[in-house]
Amino acid sequence: MNFEKELYSAHDPEQLKIWQAATVGIAGAGGLGSNIAFALARSGIGRLIIADYDAVSPSNLNRQQYFIDQIGMLKVLALQINLKRIGGKTRISIHPLRVTPENLSVVFREAGILIEAFDLDEQKQMLMEAWMSQYPTRPYIGASGLAGVGGNELITTQAFGNVYIIGDGLSEAKPPFSPLAPRVGVVANMQANLCLELLLKGRS
Amino acid sequence: MKTITVNGNVIDWFQGMTVTDVLRIMNYTFRMLVIKIDGQLVPKDSYTTTVIPVGAEVYVIHLISGG
Repeated sequence: MNFEKELYSAHDPEQLKIWQAATVGIAGAGGLGSNIAFALARSGIGRLIIADYDAVSPSNLNRQQYFIDQIGMLKVLALQINLKRIGGKTRISIHPLRVTPENLSVVFREAGILIEAFDLDEQKQMLMEAWMSQYPTRPYIGASGLAGVGGNELITTQAFGNVYIIGDGLSEAKPPFSPLAPRVGVVANMQANLCLELLLKGRS
Repeated sequence: MKTITVNGNVIDWFQGMTVTDVLRIMNYTFRMLVIKIDGQLVPKDSYTTTVIPVGAEVYVIHLISGG
């Protein structure tokens, strides 16, 4: 049995070819980033570049794709291990660092699309501005407003040229509203879904 | 009538209109913003001084913590 062939046997071969040729950047490996990475690796993306400076903590396990025996491990390293366990051929390039405007081009130079998966609004703003000024023609998929529960119908995709923002645009992660696995997962998977769509449209 | 477009909404334009004017008119009080005028990024420190040309397409992107 050819595992690789079986793994993607339900994919359209033409679409799979496009995804396998793609390199996608993911900035952050928390609730959004770890779920985005799983969705894209399972879809057959050729290469993921993932950056995050943080280590796995117990409170991450309520929504992030890590496990109890990985507490204390660098998230990018743990994620690389977990993604490899799927068994596909997606190359996982990891950068254990804090992304800044200065190192953006070192880390994500080869990414045709960047997906923002940060927690803090200042960080989201910094990344979007840096990407838009350094790679104005490459798509950017961000997230804004995903805390709490319910409100499925409020989560949308807004397009600002080739910058896309997914979320409800309202729900901030601050007490009593925390980011919970279902809603964070919805937004993460919508980001990944849009990424696959943009790749097929040849807009990366 | 001379106008600009802000996040898809058409609003009246006036001579000397700045980014700060647009935020006030649209009643946008968000903390963390990224603003583009005709595809060009507007730096945070120049919202009060950046004058918007007539017919411009303005994007005001609002960013909220959580991820």
